[in-house]
Amino acid sequence: MIEVSTDWYLTLAAVLFSIGFIGMMIRKNALIMFMCIELMLNSVNLTFITASKHFGTIEGQISVFFVLVVAAAEVVVGLAIIVSIFKKQSSASVDLLRTSRG
Amino acid sequence: MLEIFLFAVPAGLVILGALIVIFAKNPVHNSMGLVLTLSSLAIIYITLNATFVAMVQMLVYAGAVMTLFLFVIMMIGVDKPEQSKEEIKGQTLLVSGTLLILIGIISYVIISSGFKWDLYFSPVEYSLEGTPDLIASTLFTEWILPFEIISILLIVATTAAIALAYDTKTRKHK
Repeated sequence: MIEVSTDWYLTLAAVLFSIGFIGMMIRKNALIMFMCIELMLNSVNLTFITASKHFGTIEGQISVFFVLVVAAAEVVVGLAIIVSIFKKQSSASVDLLRTSRG
Repeated sequence: MLEIFLFAVPAGLVILGALIVIFAKNPVHNSMGLVLTLSSLAIIYITLNATFVAMVQMLVYAGAVMTLFLFVIMMIGVDKPEQSKEEIKGQTLLVSGTLLILIGIISYVIISSGFKWDLYFSPVEYSLEGTPDLIASTLFTEWILPFEIISILLIVATTAAIALAYDTKTRKHK
C-alpha cells in the first residue's frame, strides 16, 4: 500500500515552480509573464502548506496569507504598468520596451 | 487508494493547467489554464487539512485576481502574435544556460536525497485542521504586526495603481 507522503507534494511544488520559471523565460508577452509569476508564487504556497501539515503547526498557513496579499498587490501594480505601456506602444511585448532605460 | 486518487487527479490537472499557461497562444486560454491550476491547488489544500486557505484561494486567486487579468486582457485586446526574433544579443544562449542550471540544481537535490525529503524531520502523528478559528487566533495575536504592515502595503499598491492608470490628458480636455 503506497501512502501519499510529504515528498509527493514537494515534488509537485518543484515541478510547478520549474514550469513557471520556464514560462517566464520563453514568453515575451508581459501578461503571460505575470501569470508565470503567479504559478511560481502558488508553488511556494503549496510548499508552505505541506510544511504546515508535516510539522503540525499553523504558521505555514499564516505565511500563505501574506504571500497571497503581496501577490494581489503586485498584480494590481503590474497590470496598471502593463496598461500604461500598452497605451504608449500598443503591444505588451517586453522586448520592444526600451524607454525604461536610464 | 482514495488518498492516491485525491492526490494524483488534482496534481495532473495542476501540471496540465500550468502547461496551458506557458504554451497557449491566446491570452484568454492562458488565463483559463491558470484558473484550472488554481482550482486544482485548492483541492490539494483541502487534502492537506488547510480548508480555510483553500476557500481563500478560490475567492482571492480564482475569483478576484483572475477577473483582474481577464479585465486587462479585454481592455488591451488580444495582442499580435509574438515574434521569435532575437531582440537582445545572446538571449537564447543565456536563457538555455539559466534553465539548465535550474533543472540541474533541482535534480541534484531530488536525487541526492534519494526521493526522501522528510528523512531528517519525521512527520507529526496528529493532524492539524486549518479552521478559521485557529488561523484567526494565531494571526491576530502573534502575527498582528506583519498583518498591520500588510495593510499599509495594500493601501500603497492601490494608490500606485490609481496614479499609474490615471490619464492626465483626458482630464485636461474636460
